[in-house]
Amino acid sequence: MTSSRAAVLVAVMAAVTALLRFLPFLIFRGERKTPAYISYLGQVLPQAIIGMLVIYCLKDVSLTAAPFGLPELIAAAAVVLLQIWRRSSLVSILSGTALYMLLIRLF
Amino acid sequence: MLYWTAKEVYAMDPDKTPAAPAALRAAIKPAFLRSVPVMAGYIVLGIGFGILLRGAGYGVLWSLAMSALIYAGSMQYVGVSLLAGGASVLTAILTTVMVNARHLFYSISMIDRYRDAGRYKPYLIFALTDETYSLLCDGETPAGADPDLYRFLVSAFDQCYWVTGSVLGNVLGAALPFGTEGIEFSMTALFIASFTQQWITSRDHVPALVGLLGTLVCLALFGSENFLIPAMLAITLILTALRPRLAGKGATP
Repeated sequence: MTSSRAAVLVAVMAAVTALLRFLPFLIFRGERKTPAYISYLGQVLPQAIIGMLVIYCLKDVSLTAAPFGLPELIAAAAVVLLQIWRRSSLVSILSGTALYMLLIRLF
Repeated sequence: MLYWTAKEVYAMDPDKTPAAPAALRAAIKPAFLRSVPVMAGYIVLGIGFGILLRGAGYGVLWSLAMSALIYAGSMQYVGVSLLAGGASVLTAILTTVMVNARHLFYSISMIDRYRDAGRYKPYLIFALTDETYSLLCDGETPAGADPDLYRFLVSAFDQCYWVTGSVLGNVLGAALPFGTEGIEFSMTALFIASFTQQWITSRDHVPALVGLLGTLVCLALFGSENFLIPAMLAITLILTALRPRLAGKGATP
């Protein structure tokens, strides 16, 4: 592929990504107050989306082949417990990741 | 670049209080601390992207341009194969829409929060990645700091990590001493920690459960390649159906 052709593809990817991010803001720009339904979605979606992203990250974990998702399960449980105990995302994330890196070397 | 003089800031947007160095000082430390959990993951995933892109025959300027302009992790990984495979423009458009459709969701849920962000608004919207979203979607900002400046700085720190990683990966290539297998779990851990934190602080757990279980069901039904868009539709439909029950019940504290 020529450089200019590649540059066009990069520009297209950038433009479409930006369009998706800006579109909702462009659609509701004119209104002084956001429609109640959209405000409602803004309230409930964050929690639902984070739940979706958790599953999205774990989508390729195999439960039928060794180690049966155990490193992910144990590390995820550690993150949850640490977060409940310490309430510090930094502590939970760093400890959970370190534990995971250790576990995949052990299993 | 962040150190505009008060006069320059005033000239840019007279409606906004000038971001004096004091305001920047009040926001920059909490913003940095908030962004630290993303640092390791973005640098490592960025390095992975840089190595891939280099392998496809594109040098460091391409890494820089893609991470600066597209700034969407999984899309950039897919983008490498589009470039390598000589995809058509139409394919590139459709693929980007499929891979990044979830960003519509992030934006919809941030409409009220970013509405009056002034001169920071365009960049805040542009830089709304999965990870930045998860850092900012709970709406909490440190006391004493300008919330918009704080969000701007968190977003900018995150992109710095991503750009740094993708440039490093491209320059150093496969020569990196790679003992970092598994560090990508920091992204998963980030989302799990956000999920737990939101669970602790919210009174109604139905939205969180809808997201978690709805996605799980869609993953089982549609498989790991195709479940994301059905999951987004299902989540929206279920939450819409539950609106009479959930609205005004204080789903968020």
